[in-house]
Amino acid sequence: MLNRTLNISTSPHIVKGISTDSIMQNVVWALLPVALFAVYTFGMSALLVLVTSTAACVLTEHFMCKYSKKKSTISDWSAVITGLLLGLTLPPNFPLWMAFSGGVIAIALGKFIFGGLGYNVFNPALVGRAVLQAAFPVAITTWYPAFLPDRFFSVSVSTFTVPFMEPAIDAMTGATPLAAFKFDHVTTSTSDLALGLISGSTGETCALLILLGGLYLIARNMMNWRIPVAVLGSVYVLSGILYLINPQVYPSPLFMLFSGGLMLGAVFMATDMVASPITPLGVVVYGVIIGLLVVVIRIWGGLPEGVMYAILLANAISPHIDNLIRPRVYGTTKSLKRS
Amino acid sequence: MGLLNFRKSTFKHGVHPPEHKSETNGLPIRQFPFAPLIILPMAQHIGAPSQIVVREGQEVARGQLLAKAGGYVSVPLHAPVSGTIRKIANVPTISGKMSPGIFLETFPFSSQEVLEGTPVDLETATPEQILQGIQDAGIVGLGGAAFPTHVKLKIPEGKSCEALIINGIECEPYLTTDHRVMLEQADDIFMGIRYLLKATGAERAIIGIEANKQDAADHLEARIPEDIPVTVKVVPVKYPQGSEKMLITAVLGREVPSGGLPIEVNVVVVNVATTAEIGRLLPHGRGIQERVITITGPAVKKKGNYLIPIGTPLRYVLEQVGVDEQISEVYMGGPMMGVAVSNLDISIVKGASGIVAFTEEDVKRPQEIYPCIKCGACVDACPISLNPSKLGILAKFEAYDRMAEDFHLMDCFECGSCSYVCPSHIPLVQYFRLAKSIVRKRATAKQTAEHAK
Repeated sequence: MLNRTLNISTSPHIVKGISTDSIMQNVVWALLPVALFAVYTFGMSALLVLVTSTAACVLTEHFMCKYSKKKSTISDWSAVITGLLLGLTLPPNFPLWMAFSGGVIAIALGKFIFGGLGYNVFNPALVGRAVLQAAFPVAITTWYPAFLPDRFFSVSVSTFTVPFMEPAIDAMTGATPLAAFKFDHVTTSTSDLALGLISGSTGETCALLILLGGLYLIARNMMNWRIPVAVLGSVYVLSGILYLINPQVYPSPLFMLFSGGLMLGAVFMATDMVASPITPLGVVVYGVIIGLLVVVIRIWGGLPEGVMYAILLANAISPHIDNLIRPRVYGTTKSLKRS
Repeated sequence: MGLLNFRKSTFKHGVHPPEHKSETNGLPIRQFPFAPLIILPMAQHIGAPSQIVVREGQEVARGQLLAKAGGYVSVPLHAPVSGTIRKIANVPTISGKMSPGIFLETFPFSSQEVLEGTPVDLETATPEQILQGIQDAGIVGLGGAAFPTHVKLKIPEGKSCEALIINGIECEPYLTTDHRVMLEQADDIFMGIRYLLKATGAERAIIGIEANKQDAADHLEARIPEDIPVTVKVVPVKYPQGSEKMLITAVLGREVPSGGLPIEVNVVVVNVATTAEIGRLLPHGRGIQERVITITGPAVKKKGNYLIPIGTPLRYVLEQVGVDEQISEVYMGGPMMGVAVSNLDISIVKGASGIVAFTEEDVKRPQEIYPCIKCGACVDACPISLNPSKLGILAKFEAYDRMAEDFHLMDCFECGSCSYVCPSHIPLVQYFRLAKSIVRKRATAKQTAEHAK
C-alpha cells in the first residue's frame, strides 16, 4: 500500500476555495434583480438592450481569444458582467445595433487590448459607454418613459433602427430627473427615485435593488465595501454642504444620491477590482475622488450626469494611488520608498 | 496613540484556515513502537551537521552520544534506541539532499533504559553552563524550525532580555502536538522555564496560547509555581500567529524591526515543546531521543499524538498507523507551511512536529490560474502588510531586485496566507520563495565579486 507514488507540491497545501470565476458569477447574480426590475419597468425594449449588449461582449471575448490563438476566457464570466453593466447604463429604447457596437468596443478596446481580464486600466463597460456617448449623443440621451401599459408586447420605435441610420425620436420620450433638475429645475421625489419609479437608463433606476445586490456581494466578501461607502458618503457630504449654503440653487443630498447612475456606478462599476486601488486607504481616496468629481460635474459641468467620467478618471489614477499610498510594512518605521 | 490604546491582542491581517484539530486534540500522547531499523541523518538542524563519533558494528545504549556538535551552530545527536550501528552511510533527507547518517539496528528485546548523564543543576549552574547543557542535550527548535536553541538563547553583547515568551500557539491546522504537551507535561514546561529564565536573565515569562486551546491555558495557569514570574496569555485564533514576530506583536504589542531578531525588542521566544524538553532532559543530563508528533490527516487511519523515537523511518510510521489506499501527499509539518515528502525512506527528525497525509480527494485543487484581478484578498491576509499582488506581478516579469528594493520581498517569511486566499490560484508564496533565493544568490555573488577586487 505504501508503494504508491506520492505527489509533491509546495506549501500551502490547502486553499480557501474561492475562485475568480465564482466571484464573477456572484456579481452576475447580484446584478440580475436589477436587470429584471429594469425589464419590468421598461418592458421588451430593455430586455433586448440587455441581451444584445451581453451577447456582444461574450461573443467579442470569445472571438478575440480565438483570433489571438488563446483559450477562450468566456468561462470566467467577466464578459457577462461587462455586457450586463453596459446594457444597464443605456437607455431602454437604445437602438440595438448601437448597443451591440458598444459591447464590441467595451471588450475589444476596454479590455482585450490591455491584455484581457486583470490588465484593463478602465472599467470596460464604461469605456463602451463613453464611446457610445461620443458617437451617438442624441440616442444615448433620449429617454423612454417607464411603465408604459403595453411595454411587454411592443418595443420602442428606435430599438430596431437600421445600422448607421439616426433613430426616429420617440414621441413619448421623457426627461430624466437629473436633466429635469439641471435644465428645468424640477425636483423628483426621493422615494420615487429610490424605488425606481422614474425614467432613466435601463438599470439606473431602482436604487434599492442595486444596494441589495451590493450588500449581498459585501456579505460574501466579494466586494470592497469601502468603495461604495466612500463614493456615496463623499457625494452626500459635499452636496449636503452645498445644499445648506443655498437650497434654492443646489439639489438636496438625497436627490443627488438616488438620481442618475450614481448608485449603479458606486456599487457595481467603481468597485471593479481590476481598475480600483488595492489598499484599504487607497480605495477610500479613490472613492472620495469619484464622489467629488460626480458632484462637480453634475453641478458645475455642462452635462446633467457625471458618474461615468468620474469613474473613468479615477480608474486612470488608481495605479498612482497604489504607488503613493502603501501600508507600512511590519517592522519598518517609514513607508516604502516611492518609485 | 497614547489615549486610544485599544490594541487587540493579536497581529494585523492573517487568515483562518479550517482547524481540523478536534480529530486529535483529545488523544493523549502514546509511546510509538521502536522500529527495527533507525536511520539518523546528521543534518537534522539548521547549521553544521553533527560529527559521527561511533563506528560500524559498535553496540550503543539508548541515550549514548552518537555524534558531537559540528560547531557552535550545531548540536550533538544521541542514540534514540539501544542497538548496533549497522552502517554509516549517506541517508536521504526531506530536502532531497543526502546527508551523512547512521543506520542503527534496534536490540529486539532490550528494556530500552535511558543512559543518565551529568545533570545541569538549576541552582548552581551559570547561564553559560545552562546553554552548554542545552546544546549537549541536542536541543533544537521543536516547533519546526530546528534551529539550535542554545544559539537563540545567547543574548548578544549590549542587549538584554526582558521577557521570555513561551510559544504554545500552534496555529498550523491539524497539529495538536503542543496542545497535548501543554496538557500532559506541565511540570516539565515549568522546569524548562526555570532554566530558560536563568539562562536569558529575563524578568518574566509569558506563555502565549491561542483561544482554541483554552483547556491547556487553564491547566497551565492553575499549575504556575509561586516562585517564578510566569503568566499565561490567551490570544484570538489566527494564522500565522505562531510565527515569532506575530506572537511578540500579539502578546506584547512590540514590532520586531525588519531584518532583526526578537532580542532587539528585548524578547526571546521558545517553543513550548522545546521548553518541556529542556525541563525534562537537563536535570538528568540526557539527550533528545524522541519527540511528540501528531500523525493525522484524512489519509491516516489511527490518528493520534505519538512519542516517536528520532530516526524512525517515515514508512514504518505510516505502516504502523495505517493509511488510506488513496494516499496521495504526505507533509512533514502542517498543511500551511509543511514540506511535501517525496521519499518515505526519510526519517522522523527533531524538527518534525507533525505528519499530515492527504488522499487524492483532499489534494484535488482547482488547476486553472486566472490573472490577478487585484481583489486585494492577499493584501488583507499578509501579516506583515506586503502587497503580494504587486510582488506577484513583478515576479512574473522576473523583476526580483525591484521586489526586494521597493516592495520588501525579503521581509516575507513565507507563511503562505497570500496563496491560501488567492481566488485566481496564483502561486504567490511559491514565486516569493524563488525570488528570495535568487536575490540571496545575487547578493552572495556580488559580495564574492567585491572580495575578488
